[in-house]
Amino acid sequence: MRQERNNIFAGIDWILVFLFFTLIGFGWMNIYAASKSDEQFELFNFSTKYGKQFIFILLTIPLAILILFFNSKFYEKFASIFYVVSLLSLIGLFIFGKEINGARSWYNFGVLGLQPSEFVKAFTALAVAKLLTDRQYNLKLLKNQIKAFIIIFTPALLITLQPDAGSALIYLAFFFVLNREGLTLNYILFGSLAIIIFILSILFGYLWVLCAILILLTIITLYITYKGGKGFLRFNWHYILIAYSIVTLFIFGTNFTYNNIFKQHHRDRFEVLLGLKTDNKNIGYNSYQSELTISSGGLSGKGFLNGDITKGNFVPEQHTDYIFSTVGEEWGFIGSILVIILFMLMLYRIIYLSETHSNKFGRIYGYGVASILLFHVIVNIGMVIGLLPTVGIPLPFFSYGGSSLWGFTILLFIFIRLDAHKKYDW
Amino acid sequence: MQRSFLLYLIITIVGIVFIGRLFQLQIIRGANYDPIHNSAVKITYDYPERGYIYDRNNKLIVANQLSYDVMIQPNQIKNLDTLEFCSLLKIDKEDFLKRLQKAKNYATYLPSVFLKQLAKDDFAFLQEKLHKYHGFFIQKRIIRKYPINAAANVLGYLGEVNQSLAKKSDYYQAGELIGKDGIEKQYEHLLRGKKGKKYLQRNNLNKVTGSYKGGQLDTLPTHGKDLTLTLDIDLQVYAQKLMSGKRGGIVAIEPSSGEILALVTAPSYDPNLLVGRKRSKNSVLLFNDSISRPAYDRSLLAAYPPGSPFKMMNALIGLQEEVINEQSKFYCHHGYRYGAKSTDFMGCHCGIFSRPVDLTSAIARSCNSYFSNTYKRIVEHNNNPSEGVDQWHDHAASFGFGNYLGYDLPAGSPGFIPQGKYYDNSYKYSWNGSTTISNAIGQGEVLTTPIQLANFTAAIANRGFFYTPHILKKIDQEPIKNPKYTEPHKTSIDKQYFTPVIEAMEEVFKTGTGKYNQVEGIDICGKTGTSENFIRRNGVKIQLPDHSILVAFAPKENPKIAIAIFVENGGYGSTIAAPITSLLIEKYLNGSISEKDKPREQRMLDLSLQDIYDQLIQKPQEIASGTK
Repeated sequence: MRQERNNIFAGIDWILVFLFFTLIGFGWMNIYAASKSDEQFELFNFSTKYGKQFIFILLTIPLAILILFFNSKFYEKFASIFYVVSLLSLIGLFIFGKEINGARSWYNFGVLGLQPSEFVKAFTALAVAKLLTDRQYNLKLLKNQIKAFIIIFTPALLITLQPDAGSALIYLAFFFVLNREGLTLNYILFGSLAIIIFILSILFGYLWVLCAILILLTIITLYITYKGGKGFLRFNWHYILIAYSIVTLFIFGTNFTYNNIFKQHHRDRFEVLLGLKTDNKNIGYNSYQSELTISSGGLSGKGFLNGDITKGNFVPEQHTDYIFSTVGEEWGFIGSILVIILFMLMLYRIIYLSETHSNKFGRIYGYGVASILLFHVIVNIGMVIGLLPTVGIPLPFFSYGGSSLWGFTILLFIFIRLDAHKKYDW
Repeated sequence: MQRSFLLYLIITIVGIVFIGRLFQLQIIRGANYDPIHNSAVKITYDYPERGYIYDRNNKLIVANQLSYDVMIQPNQIKNLDTLEFCSLLKIDKEDFLKRLQKAKNYATYLPSVFLKQLAKDDFAFLQEKLHKYHGFFIQKRIIRKYPINAAANVLGYLGEVNQSLAKKSDYYQAGELIGKDGIEKQYEHLLRGKKGKKYLQRNNLNKVTGSYKGGQLDTLPTHGKDLTLTLDIDLQVYAQKLMSGKRGGIVAIEPSSGEILALVTAPSYDPNLLVGRKRSKNSVLLFNDSISRPAYDRSLLAAYPPGSPFKMMNALIGLQEEVINEQSKFYCHHGYRYGAKSTDFMGCHCGIFSRPVDLTSAIARSCNSYFSNTYKRIVEHNNNPSEGVDQWHDHAASFGFGNYLGYDLPAGSPGFIPQGKYYDNSYKYSWNGSTTISNAIGQGEVLTTPIQLANFTAAIANRGFFYTPHILKKIDQEPIKNPKYTEPHKTSIDKQYFTPVIEAMEEVFKTGTGKYNQVEGIDICGKTGTSENFIRRNGVKIQLPDHSILVAFAPKENPKIAIAIFVENGGYGSTIAAPITSLLIEKYLNGSISEKDKPREQRMLDLSLQDIYDQLIQKPQEIASGTK
């Protein structure tokens, strides 16, 4: 303990720190490429995007040191406080928030805007860890499951109301955490199944899908009856009926939601992605340009600052959500897979370190970090390379923006702090 | 199973899926990516000056001039005083609004042409005031200028490249200028030069932000090549003047080289009409005139029955096939009876009845009977008329008849020389020389264009060979080396057989049908012709006034010029074609017309056939009543 007090860097995982700075550094180069103009290069100029981001990056260092400075017990002890404060910050948005692009997601402090939702993720992860740390806590109980869901989905709900559905989506990542701590896999399986049925019903028409699934269910029931005897039907008929009703309700429900509650631009995004519509000008423009930009990079890319499509600002939001397309164009296939591998390494490393924790709090928090990062990477890169619909969330450490950068810095460095402490913790 | 396994698995799967997708995008799709033709790179062109065109004596006949287009970029327009602007451009407000809407429909943030090709004076005036009008600016264009009003049919004209051509071509962009006819079309690739390309980096707002890759791909324009034509522009101008008021074609060739000295179609037009702002209006007038057809090059395209000049072809074939010789004589009984019926008779005006006609007088006096006999012998000498006609056809074809000549102009007509098979197909029963006897005197099925006749005349002047007629003499002052035009083509007639024919042609201008059109000091050898022509109107065949025809070369020894002339509905060859020919030969060989021949010149300049042409047109009331 003494040793730890004296040196805040003792025991920290330098691999993660290295990956962190590599991603941030490379990210900044791409932001520079995507946002530079003909004006003179000025690093400390707040009026340019890359200059601003450079300052944001510099500020992550004191921020990281500050986080490392506190004892790991501090985070465990004050997790609830952090969580409540962060919820208040979200609620405060509805009063003090500044409306940008139709969403109240920002606090405005002159030159600097802060987006609380980027920070709340980390504190929700702390809160979830704190909740599950209790030895008596059994996630097999529905009561406990609901408790966890409330903690997770309260901020998600507040963010959805801003409205910023994309950022709220990230909270689904906590299912992985809960699963690790004993929640049945069925939630994830049923969720995935629902998504697949949803996509199929858009692709082939919901009535066809409904018929197909009901027929499939019937065949399965008959098969089980045939194998297990007539007793199966007698004792389980209500389950079978429920299954039929759920499927039917779900399909009709999603169909209704899709056609009546979704906005036209949401529907268009899905349909363009699924290839039901081709549209390179309006709705599909982002994806089309982004795919084109990435393709144009070829194997080795056009070279740093030589991306002509990037220079022409053809990809909207290229320095923020679409930053990966710059990587694709200027650094090619090699650069793109390097970024993906860096992210994979970071995620592997976090999970690996989490599993070595003897302290349940650290492990659960680590899982939260990994799940959140993974979700961001999937949704963001998946969107940029045209595999997923357009959802405006940043690529961790890469995308332009102080709030998201600091949010992820806090998220990661709290974990590094907890991880450094594990050796002393029994 | 360890619960950490799930996340490891998902991370790995996501990684593999992403890398696979990137492979698909960057390696597979990236292989087809065109680095230059995408929206981020804008290509602009630097247009070189189009090559000039000179005549054989280095007189400039086609040059360039600047023209000024008023361009518009609708989104930059502000505080526009519409009325003042309209008066400046000399357009009315309605026109202004129409043009503005057109530009806006095209794109509000892109420049487009507002008003094409301002006159120089208007431009000078406008230039001083234009700075007041935001959103309008001037763009220079290079267009053609013709210092001499002549040879429009030879020079052709420029037009804009249309969308479909631009799509097919890897050189042209829509709206650029391209040669559409004549020399401009034929030698487009030489005249145009090579445009320079500039690659510019462009952003999503279509704004140019700098050069692409530092300009390392950019190219400079290459000046178009200057062309020297074989045309003698003075002769051309003179010939066009003589043809005023008439319809027809004149082709003059230098026999010793195949160079085209004059290529006249009448009526023609001023080439300057198809340049500048009035171009579209004028082109409608020119190209839609289906009565006098000024845009139709009669010298190259019009296939007429050649009439009597074709008798020389039959004489040469007869001599070569040895069915006649220089001494052969035939009796002429005011014509030739080729069948049993009373109508099977071809009249003759040679006026020789007391004695048999020999070859020289047959050509000099244009005896139909003589050549009917000759033709019948050619066709029937081996008792197989089909083969006989084939033989006859092959001889004619060796002079360039019946097919495209291969000269370097884009318009042409093959004419027609029938083969045996043609008659085998048209006649159900047997046929022979008598059946096709009209071919003997260049009527019937035979069709030739003026340039084919001129080439035929040149081959006679050369005694058995010709050079493919051509119009291009030098490229950037370097003589052409194309063997197609510099190597002679031998005809199938031996040299010695030309002597009697040439002697006879000389006799035409001395004592025969051309005797009133001699030029002092010049031995003209020629042959007049009068070709009958018919049209069908409401199903009735009616005869129109004859075409006046003449072929000639001069001088007899070492010929310098061979001419063929066709005057539609001009009557006898000796009345119009002969005087024009002799005037052209005198002009070309002597450089001027002697005092003695001035009245002839004046007569030809004054002569107009317009009254006859007007009679040819069916009157509206006739059409209505259905009578002829």
